[in-house]
Amino acid sequence: MRTSVAGESTRSAEQRPRKHLENDILLVGQPNVGKSVLFSHLTGVRTIASNYPGTTVSFAMGRMRGKGSTLIVMDAPGTYSLEPLDEAARVTVDLIDDAKRIINVVDSTHLERHLPMTLELIAQNKPMVVALNMSDEARHKGIGIDVEKLSVELGVPVVAIAARSGEGVKHLIDACLDLRPGHRPSGNESGHPGHHPHIQHPFPAGRSGAAPEHAHLDRDRIWRRVGELVERVQTLEHHHHTFADRLEELSIHPLWGSLFALVVIALSFSLVRLIGEFLITGAVGIVGKPWLELPFGTELLFEKILQPPLIRLSGLLGPGSFPHRLLIGTLVEGRIDFMQSFGILTSGLFIPIGVVLPYLLSFYFVLSLLEDSGYLPRLAVFLDNFMHRIGLHGYAIIPTLLGLGCNVPGIMATRILESRRQRFVTASLISIAVPCAALQAMIIGLVGRRGIGPVLVVYGTLFVVWLLISLVLRFTTREFQPELLVEIPPYRLPTARALATKMWLRISGFVREALPIILTAIVAVNVLYQLNLFTYVARFAEPVVTRVWGMPSEAVVPLLVGILRKDVALGLFAPLELTGKQLIIGSVVLAMFFPCIATFVVLFRELGFKGGLKSIGIMLLAVFLTGGALNLIL
Amino acid sequence: MLWRGRTTNMEKLLTELNPGEQGTVVAVQGGRGIQARLRTLGLAEGQTIRKVSALAWGGPVVVEVNRTQVAIGRGMARKILVRCG
Repeated sequence: MRTSVAGESTRSAEQRPRKHLENDILLVGQPNVGKSVLFSHLTGVRTIASNYPGTTVSFAMGRMRGKGSTLIVMDAPGTYSLEPLDEAARVTVDLIDDAKRIINVVDSTHLERHLPMTLELIAQNKPMVVALNMSDEARHKGIGIDVEKLSVELGVPVVAIAARSGEGVKHLIDACLDLRPGHRPSGNESGHPGHHPHIQHPFPAGRSGAAPEHAHLDRDRIWRRVGELVERVQTLEHHHHTFADRLEELSIHPLWGSLFALVVIALSFSLVRLIGEFLITGAVGIVGKPWLELPFGTELLFEKILQPPLIRLSGLLGPGSFPHRLLIGTLVEGRIDFMQSFGILTSGLFIPIGVVLPYLLSFYFVLSLLEDSGYLPRLAVFLDNFMHRIGLHGYAIIPTLLGLGCNVPGIMATRILESRRQRFVTASLISIAVPCAALQAMIIGLVGRRGIGPVLVVYGTLFVVWLLISLVLRFTTREFQPELLVEIPPYRLPTARALATKMWLRISGFVREALPIILTAIVAVNVLYQLNLFTYVARFAEPVVTRVWGMPSEAVVPLLVGILRKDVALGLFAPLELTGKQLIIGSVVLAMFFPCIATFVVLFRELGFKGGLKSIGIMLLAVFLTGGALNLIL
Repeated sequence: MLWRGRTTNMEKLLTELNPGEQGTVVAVQGGRGIQARLRTLGLAEGQTIRKVSALAWGGPVVVEVNRTQVAIGRGMARKILVRCG
């Protein structure tokens, strides 16, 4: 039985030390109002923007040039009011205190929902501009807003913009630069109602931070005032049902919506596989024999173009020498094998660029489509019931999906969840049972050589582990579960610009951050092999690795390398000549055993030291049992 | 879980509304936290809402309020009293 007072639980969250962050312009607004898109327009800094509430969980900072001065612009996470209900919103409230000017981003199509916070912000007496975003969508829906009148009523400048296309952004910048820090344009810096004949004070008296009883009374007044405002400035035309409306109804219908969800999920996975395989092999097909094979793909690039010079280099260095081992690796039957040789120039390039990158491109393309269309919150609504049964919250599906790309942003995204328990469980599950795209690419590449069956066993096992851990935690950590309460955004056609920006950010992030670690891992492996250090570790780990999991003792090497990078680590299974069963157990154990270093750091940062340790404890127990169980069953 | 002090037959809990049915919110039961949260999404006394759908097996209820769709967990939806007709 679920009972709830959502949000209440977070009030008691630990007191964080407040950071002071000077900024000239702070973007404030409710979740999913387009702050990140506007931020990119103002500063040229690319940020990840999507169509679901909670995209930005921390703040971004950038510089904007205007009228001879450079201003620091900050993009805060969305918040529904200045009474913060989750971690992301608390960050915003801190930032407002340090802001010199505020741009309050408001959704033109839902004035009545956004103006309450505008009034709260005005009461903070900071110089501010209201940006009426999505004015194009409002026009489309037959919503007319008298911008000038609204500006007079509020006593602050109001500018209509459409951040997606950039319409009106210049005006907004001008209006913002006209603000003098520390002064309110309406001339009532003192916080008392203005005496200008045409300007009424939007919301006289009552600063936030007053006693709770007062705050409550103030809320009623705010809502009444907003009702009046909307009545005065907004006109509505009758709006005809469009195709998007029909699709919205269909995709939230109890029956059709479930089918729709299944189709979307199946389509997404197929598309990831289709594009990924095409980029690697040039073959077009999802399972079985490809429908079409084109002379294209990274495999061809490596085999045909990179192979010949490397063979010459190999001859020059002489197989067996240390430079050869480091650069080329070991030859397999006298040939360079890009998957198994394990030199810097062979596997060191082939794993990240030849195997992982194509799947990352493909995964993030599909994920970005899902994010921008606005489907993800609907999926969360559909899965909410199931997720509650296993002790999670429907919205936990969003961090989990992000985790399928890379665990790091997935764990960071758990901040959108309300309770600490939810954050702990979701983040732990991501780090233990959700394989990142890089690892998945290698699983498909290496385990897939033995057929689709073993790949499905690996995925199936990880899913069962995910399910079992959440069930065990559900019955052992009894705590109240907050209920789902989420706004469902309208469907929007993803724009090529937003898609390209997001893909670029995520892929360049991989190249910048993961590539050096991959190369380091390969160098480390070769040096350690050369020094023969692994034999000691192997002997030490033998009881578990060999007796419980049924793996050869050398398998301890990939497991240790997995602490650096999981993709490289899985590649190390290739030369071990494992049986099909051992490869399956190895892949599952590797996926679960200690998260890679980047994930490890983020996990401890997000969960705290104690939470992190608890999470690692659960991981160790789970991986020990899962590997053992697979060894018995298979 | 029954509504305290429920009076007329015209008033129903949000969970009892049929899909497509429209009504006016009469009251929201619950602490200040829940009330404030629902209010930020436009679910407050006097607002007109339309139930869009209720997901199977006790899943969330989806309503339309101020031209926005909001999904509400079943337990929370049971705390919202609506007058229809």
